[in-house]
Amino acid sequence: MSNATDSHTPHEPTGHANADPVQDEHQQHPVSTYMWIWALLFVFSSFSYMVDYFQLQGMLRWTLIIIFMLVKAGFIVAIFMHMKWERLALKFAILIPPLCLLILIGMMAIEGTHTFATRWGAFAR
Amino acid sequence: MSHDASVERQPAAVEGLGGVTADWASDKQVFPVPWGKAMMWIFLLSDTFIFSCFLTAYMHVRMSTTAIWPNPSHVFSLQVGGHTVPLLLIAIMTMVLITSSGTMAMAVNYGYRRNRAKTTALMLATAALGATFVSMQAFEWTKLIVEEGVRPWGNPMGAPQFGSAFFMITGFHGLHVSAGVIYLCVVARRVWTGFYDRKGTYETVEVTGLYWHFVDLVWVFIFAFFYLW
Repeated sequence: MSNATDSHTPHEPTGHANADPVQDEHQQHPVSTYMWIWALLFVFSSFSYMVDYFQLQGMLRWTLIIIFMLVKAGFIVAIFMHMKWERLALKFAILIPPLCLLILIGMMAIEGTHTFATRWGAFAR
Repeated sequence: MSHDASVERQPAAVEGLGGVTADWASDKQVFPVPWGKAMMWIFLLSDTFIFSCFLTAYMHVRMSTTAIWPNPSHVFSLQVGGHTVPLLLIAIMTMVLITSSGTMAMAVNYGYRRNRAKTTALMLATAALGATFVSMQAFEWTKLIVEEGVRPWGNPMGAPQFGSAFFMITGFHGLHVSAGVIYLCVVARRVWTGFYDRKGTYETVEVTGLYWHFVDLVWVFIFAFFYLW
């Protein structure tokens, strides 16, 4: 499916400076790439569903859920959103700031545990 | 548009960490991408923070409540032929959204090949799948509100925070999907009428794709943390 025959339609751009075919072609990848990622996303989604279907519990469940989630997120960002082919400066600008969230999550986990302990002590006798 | 021709005419850029320094240091535009794409990425970064705050808030209420958290596996199960299948509707919704992401990725690809008909068709297919997703979500909400009696302030199954977290998170995501469907239809119409051929670039299709893939990305996290956890 990745032939070049359908890469040009009769609708040629009419006199515009931006009509640079090189600019348009640097983002081209064979359609099979997307088909593959699509299939893999299906497979990993089924895997995460199976975790629930077979009622895996405890640490095994949480580990598997997070692994499958991260793999799927990685495929979507890297291939579908083309992050893999962006320059490192853009990758850093978009992917590093969310790491601050780990601090928020850590603090809220500590706070949540504390709130649970005080509620347990005060109400759940 | 401010899609500057000089952006593409920059000398062959350095790769790796040296490239990061070079991109930020010289007196020039930092990201050699169309402005719409850079801005969409920055918008998505801010949206990442919004959804992360929702999910972190959900983690917090779930950790701090002394009541039992309703088991999503049971709450979201469906009766099929006498069997109870856990999370069936959610699994179908996940597959629909992934499929819509696949059709969107191909729409972007055909956009760069300037294939007007295929780009339009694939974008409309994406919009249709998105609309299917929202309809299934509407069904899910109705079932939860009418049959299970879940309210933002309480529910018969356990911790009252379940309802507020659920309606807030999936509601905000559903709103994103709905907005995305409208966005897709607008851009698909412009593709079909040849707007981007006249403009000389199909980059708007890719920018729309970024938004749509992000909506799918958020669902991956909601699926893992809300439905499976």
